Amino acid sequence: MTRPRFHGGRVLLHDMCLRDGMHAKRDQITIDQMVQVATALDAAGVPLIQVTHGMGVGGNSLLHGFALHSNEAYLEAVVPRMTQAKVSVLLVPGIGTMKELESAYGCGARSVHVATLCTEADTAPQHIALARKLGMDTTGFLMMAHLAEPARLAREGRLMEAAGAQTIYITDSAGHMLPHEVTAAVQALRDTLQPDTEIGFHGHHNLGMGVANSIAAIEAGASRIDASVAGLGAGAGNTPLEVLAAVCDRMGIDTGVDLFALMDLAEDVIVPLMDQQVRVDRESLTLGYAGLYSTFLLPARKAARQFGVSTRDILVELGRMKVVGGQEDMIEDTALTLARRAAERGRTEAAR
Amino acid sequence: MTTERIACAIIGSGNIGTDLLYKLMRSPALRPAWMVGIDEGSEGLRRARDLGVRTTAGGIDDLLPHIAADGVRIAFDATSAYAHAENARKLNALGVRVIDLTPAAVGPLCFPTINLEALAAQGADNVNMVSCAGQATVPVVKAVAQVQPVDYAEIVASLSSRSVGPGTRANLDEFTYTTSNALVQAGGARRGKAMSVINPADPPVIMRNTIYCVTDDAPDEARISDSVRAMVEQVQAYVPGYRLVNGPVFEDRRVAVYMEVAGAGDFLPRYAGNLDIMTAAATRTAEAFAHAMARQHEGATP
Repeated sequence: MTRPRFHGGRVLLHDMCLRDGMHAKRDQITIDQMVQVATALDAAGVPLIQVTHGMGVGGNSLLHGFALHSNEAYLEAVVPRMTQAKVSVLLVPGIGTMKELESAYGCGARSVHVATLCTEADTAPQHIALARKLGMDTTGFLMMAHLAEPARLAREGRLMEAAGAQTIYITDSAGHMLPHEVTAAVQALRDTLQPDTEIGFHGHHNLGMGVANSIAAIEAGASRIDASVAGLGAGAGNTPLEVLAAVCDRMGIDTGVDLFALMDLAEDVIVPLMDQQVRVDRESLTLGYAGLYSTFLLPARKAARQFGVSTRDILVELGRMKVVGGQEDMIEDTALTLARRAAERGRTEAAR
Repeated sequence: MTTERIACAIIGSGNIGTDLLYKLMRSPALRPAWMVGIDEGSEGLRRARDLGVRTTAGGIDDLLPHIAADGVRIAFDATSAYAHAENARKLNALGVRVIDLTPAAVGPLCFPTINLEALAAQGADNVNMVSCAGQATVPVVKAVAQVQPVDYAEIVASLSSRSVGPGTRANLDEFTYTTSNALVQAGGARRGKAMSVINPADPPVIMRNTIYCVTDDAPDEARISDSVRAMVEQVQAYVPGYRLVNGPVFEDRRVAVYMEVAGAGDFLPRYAGNLDIMTAAATRTAEAFAHAMARQHEGATP
């Protein structure tokens, strides 16, 4: 039997179900639920756990929704209960600020994904520098990575590395990438970045490629993978963590997690907690196919209901407008415009 | 009634300074007399020279000896927040009014449709134009707050990647804080939050802004709609590409307004409505200062 090649021999799994999963729960996960899931992940040996609002620190807003509690309240409940896991947060410059990152650090967050669109890394240096100054495990997170060629991703990653990021992520926010594209992107980073800079991959399952893309990333040199127990996350969800753990185990990739404990957590806790089944369906498949930010799923469904248009029509129109993550305001705007056009068409036809 | 155009200096020969140049050329009340840069080869200085405007690449200190002789009364600072305080001190000492397009926010925040008349009448010697997102969204918050109390205002500005310069990119949090503060200070909301998104689409997308207000009581839909439409018309008087796309839309106590800002296409392309609204607001401000100066002049001469 041939042994697969992978960087360093060990892969760090980073769970997303209490942050990306907040999107799928409209940010309504209770503190008790968050503590229950986080302690189970900690006990199962997951080394990094991301928590708080779906859009990260500073995410509470009319645009992105208000969570049940402040980010500080979630962090203060979870952090003291961890025995081995480090707790991380997400910071998207333009949505969150350095003040909010300092506050999260004050509540015990010790790792951060500093996220920009994959072509806009130069909006993050001040945030990355602050995270390093605080002593946080600091990641530069290149979102919507399908929008840029590998060479461009490498240049942007290099900017984040120069600002102090210790890990650079290829982030497939739209769940649009295919394994050979992930391989090319990760290889470009590996060829450009310093040897001690780690590479990560964050997948979404909209085309059903979460696990395959993660394995492609590992084989091309990634040593950190974001995944989510039972896939709880935006769109069709993140790479399902327990599935990835099983595949890694079969491939001889050491993750250090307890596979059966994670399977039980997925089945007994996470799935009953879901408001709707997080899976590849007509609409999340549209996201992946059209290359749209996975978080658009639920707001697009809401706007479709409210203004009497189809969710898929909204998503296709947003794709045509090349709308990106953070522009969730364009969902309702587009629904209004589509509804107006439909009414105008109706009037024209009635007049005939 | 004096017909003389007031001489102005533009400090900074980048995108903003160069776009200002063309707006001043068109103004009935203003005349670009000087453009100050720090790079002899800059496109802005070359264009200024071609238009017969005096230039220097020696920085602000090269301009100061010419202020009195060339009658410069108003200066636009389009440099950086770091350089602004020193620039303003030197210019104010010579009696020059400064309109600040940097995020320094040393002087009072200035919005043409909200407080410009008052600032011009007071003879303010340094006013700050806040940020592009501020100029585009604060008037709408004010339009709602004029009708009834606003507890919370939130805005999202989407900017095309090509229109966002290195200064804004390196200091995105300052942009966020300055704009959030203006929603409260000038917009009249009790609390404010600003967010920005940079969109890399090619061809570049036009600047979009969404404004949400949460009113204390149920919103008076008819009066708010009228107030917002009237405000949009007032801004359109100096930014022709300022356009209501959808709304106001009412959902419980939330009022949502969807805007677009296309530029005039002077020096910057049309998609850069974010830069255009800054230079247009600054020009409008200088024109109000010029009128106040003319009135003062008439009053002093019986």
